[in-house]
Amino acid sequence: MAWTDICAYEDLVENSGICALFNGCQVAVFLLQQQGRQELYAIGNYDPVGGANVLSRGIVGSVGEQIVVASPLYKQHFNLSTGQCLEQPEVVLPVYAVKLQHGRVWLHAQQQKQQASAA
Amino acid sequence: MQQTKHILVIGNGMVGHHFVEQLRAKDPQANITVLCGEARLAYDRVHLSGYFSGTSAEQLALTTEEAYQAANIQYRLNCWVEQIDRDQQLVITRQGGQFYYDKLVLATGSYAFVPPIPGNEQPHCLVYRTLQDLDAIAQSAAQSKVGVVIGGGLLGLEAANALKQLGLQTHVVEFAPQLMAVQLDQAGGQMLSQKITELGVQVHTGKATQAIVAGAECRYQLQFADGESLETDLVLFSAGIRPYDQLARSCGLAVGDRGGIVVNDQCQTSDPHIYAIGECALWQQKIFGLVAPGYQMARVVVSQLTAGGLSFTGADMSTKLKLLGVEVGSIGDAHARTPGALSYVFTDPRAQVYKKMVVSKDGKRLLGAVLVGDTSNYDSLLQYALNDMLLPKQPEQLILPAASGAAVAALTLPNSATICSCHNVAKGDIVAAMDSGCCDLASIKSCTKASTGCGGCTALLKSVVDDELKSRGVEVKNHLCEHFAYSRQELLHLVQVGGIKTFAELLSRHGQGLGCDICKPTVGSILASSWNDYVLKKPHVGLQDTNDTFLANMQKDGSYSVVPRIAGGEITAEKLLVIGQVALDFNLYTKITGGQRIDLFGARLEQLPAIWQRLVDAGFETGHAYGKSLRTVKSCVGSTWCRYGVQDSVTQAIAIENRYKGLRAPHKIKMAVSGCTRECAEAQSKDIGIIATENGWNLYVCGNGGMRPRHADLFATDLDTDTLIRYIDRILMFYIKTADRLQRTSVWLEKLDGGLEYLRKVIIDDQLGIAQELENQMAALVNTYACEWQATLDDPQALKRFRQFVNSPQPDPNIVFVEERAQIRPATAEEKRRWQQQIPVTQLSTSELPATALAEEK
Repeated sequence: MAWTDICAYEDLVENSGICALFNGCQVAVFLLQQQGRQELYAIGNYDPVGGANVLSRGIVGSVGEQIVVASPLYKQHFNLSTGQCLEQPEVVLPVYAVKLQHGRVWLHAQQQKQQASAA
Repeated sequence: MQQTKHILVIGNGMVGHHFVEQLRAKDPQANITVLCGEARLAYDRVHLSGYFSGTSAEQLALTTEEAYQAANIQYRLNCWVEQIDRDQQLVITRQGGQFYYDKLVLATGSYAFVPPIPGNEQPHCLVYRTLQDLDAIAQSAAQSKVGVVIGGGLLGLEAANALKQLGLQTHVVEFAPQLMAVQLDQAGGQMLSQKITELGVQVHTGKATQAIVAGAECRYQLQFADGESLETDLVLFSAGIRPYDQLARSCGLAVGDRGGIVVNDQCQTSDPHIYAIGECALWQQKIFGLVAPGYQMARVVVSQLTAGGLSFTGADMSTKLKLLGVEVGSIGDAHARTPGALSYVFTDPRAQVYKKMVVSKDGKRLLGAVLVGDTSNYDSLLQYALNDMLLPKQPEQLILPAASGAAVAALTLPNSATICSCHNVAKGDIVAAMDSGCCDLASIKSCTKASTGCGGCTALLKSVVDDELKSRGVEVKNHLCEHFAYSRQELLHLVQVGGIKTFAELLSRHGQGLGCDICKPTVGSILASSWNDYVLKKPHVGLQDTNDTFLANMQKDGSYSVVPRIAGGEITAEKLLVIGQVALDFNLYTKITGGQRIDLFGARLEQLPAIWQRLVDAGFETGHAYGKSLRTVKSCVGSTWCRYGVQDSVTQAIAIENRYKGLRAPHKIKMAVSGCTRECAEAQSKDIGIIATENGWNLYVCGNGGMRPRHADLFATDLDTDTLIRYIDRILMFYIKTADRLQRTSVWLEKLDGGLEYLRKVIIDDQLGIAQELENQMAALVNTYACEWQATLDDPQALKRFRQFVNSPQPDPNIVFVEERAQIRPATAEEKRRWQQQIPVTQLSTSELPATALAEEK
């Protein structure tokens, strides 16, 4: 599967998230722009603990070395790189590849990308 | 090995339960059976009046049936014992059940004494002792306007508090010439009367009630020996307690002339197989009506049954409590009856504080004390009395106002000093617990049980632990989180002194990492309190909790609720129609809030701007229900309409709400204004409470409802409006500057060194010289107020965030409503599953959208 154009760079919110509809799934996309770094992250928007599509509205930050978002419902932290919940490690969210190109934000289903690179 | 003993306990009050708990801890094998006369297991009788201010029976419970079952304790509820057969060691119940015992423990407690006054058996003549009594009182109060408590002792005043909480016009009638004659001297009793009268409870001392007859205006009339009378709808007897010793009497155990089961130092009755503990036991001609001595007796019997050697040696009857919001303390020889005893007395007629200290003839030992209106010295004084410590050269320093520094330092206490008298925990036990690895208050409490009884020693326990930690070189940290090694107060200082305007700047200068969901909202709030920037301005938007980001309250399904400001709870019919029409058009669930406004639930993220455009067009402003900021100023209708009102509480509430709206603080702030002492606005449960008087306004501070209710403290009386506002400005700004993150004013005050007195010194006497600065800072915030919703509607960049998907106009298909009682509610997971099997999800949710909302989104 190819990369999909989601939105303009200006649609992102600095140090916060937005939600995109991607292949019928809700994906939370975060832009980190702090301390000289600029990074994009994309994970599932659905919070399986709270049972609602809200993670793009959480606060992003760091816990130790991990970059995380805190769910706005019950405040669990999810690692933005692995999708894993810090408080309940058995809960793992889908992670998506995301990139910035020509001023546009692009999403790609990571698992398929991994399969592709393995092949 | 010892044979399993049958231990039978009659009574499951606080003392009976303590016995069972202690015995099970010491002897896991013992066969324990408890016969409980009430319908529920043990509950906290000390805090009984909390039942009327929101504490549930479950919260008062000291244990549960599950816990007893898990500990293998047999129990029977509603089980009244008819007879004890000492020869066969059998107990026979009213239901005919027979229970064998090796050892029997009587913990039957006491009952309320009803004086033999003609007419005392009428339906609305009640007592105050059990939860069942409380239910009866509540029922009667619902049909009553006036209530009288007969008996002005400790329990009587507790009962008066209960009646007041039930909204009755409350009187206390006492036979003696003063209140609390056992614990207080005459001057202390008078000060207490005065304070209680000002709180709206009328006190009648030196009154002997002779008859209760039918009333003219009320249900009954009390007729006094002096020829006067008092009308009332409800009579509550609280004229002392009498031991439940009937069982002991009928089986031939020795009882006292005036009641009580005679026990020796081992708490054994005249039958060596039978023990008696608590308020039914008579030791050296004394009955102990407090819980701590009862617990002590329970431990003595446990020790006797488990081959220990503990014996009962009497108990300290000192007591500290809050009656109707008035602090009262009594220690040892309060009446200075010891030969040669000397008294030091301090009276502050303005603050209405009375303190007396009774010392030995040589001035070296403390024998007793009376404290009314301020018990901050109680812990220190009690330690001097209990540990027989040598008093300072000028003992009067201990009760003089400037003497807060002279309080006994926890470090100087001997290891034998009792810290918690309910559970008999000495300082040495706490030090031992810390030696074995407990290093915070919570673990020390659960390990030693200290401060889990009446809670009176909480502050002392904390200072013992803190001092001990310090002496061990442990730094007591209050860092906000891993990103900032500063407390909230220190961060606020850094922001204001350094003129720091953004989180990024603060983080790069004083922090590390990227921040988190703890420090970001805290700093967001500090920046707002300091500079009052629009919270959705670009550098601040990522700092806000979702509720602040979208200026609405997120609900469990990810939808939001909307609360427009209705200052003082006053609203025109036109505006009510607007809210109703908006709710209809967007199909929102509506509910009246506790803060006298209207909450609209079920708004989708993308609907919020359209909803607010309608509300703003009609003149509404945001209600900040989402913010750590001023919520509402509740009001009663006041002198404008009400027959009883003495000031215009509505105008005052609206003015105050408009003054402080939008103020960002460490936590939410609630206020109320009542137009008279009947207090219909419930101001005493608010952070800032204002009650009208004939001469102006009484200001109450730092109250709280919710999980940990706290009655607000009376801060200043009879203020004019200007002074009132000035004090509130200062208090709020001082709170914003010094409180911890998410610390309500109630906890803030409790943690504030020096407490209420210190707050008065800062706010009223301007001891720190910052009053003007506080007022200026508040003025700057008040002058820069802007409605955040108005600002958001004017900002296309901010509006862009109000959509579920950045790349689709579709709503969130997971938000699904069903109808209940003619309104919407979120569908349960099960309902969604069932539904999704029938209809494609996307179609379902769009079809739920009202046509107008869809139209407005385009």
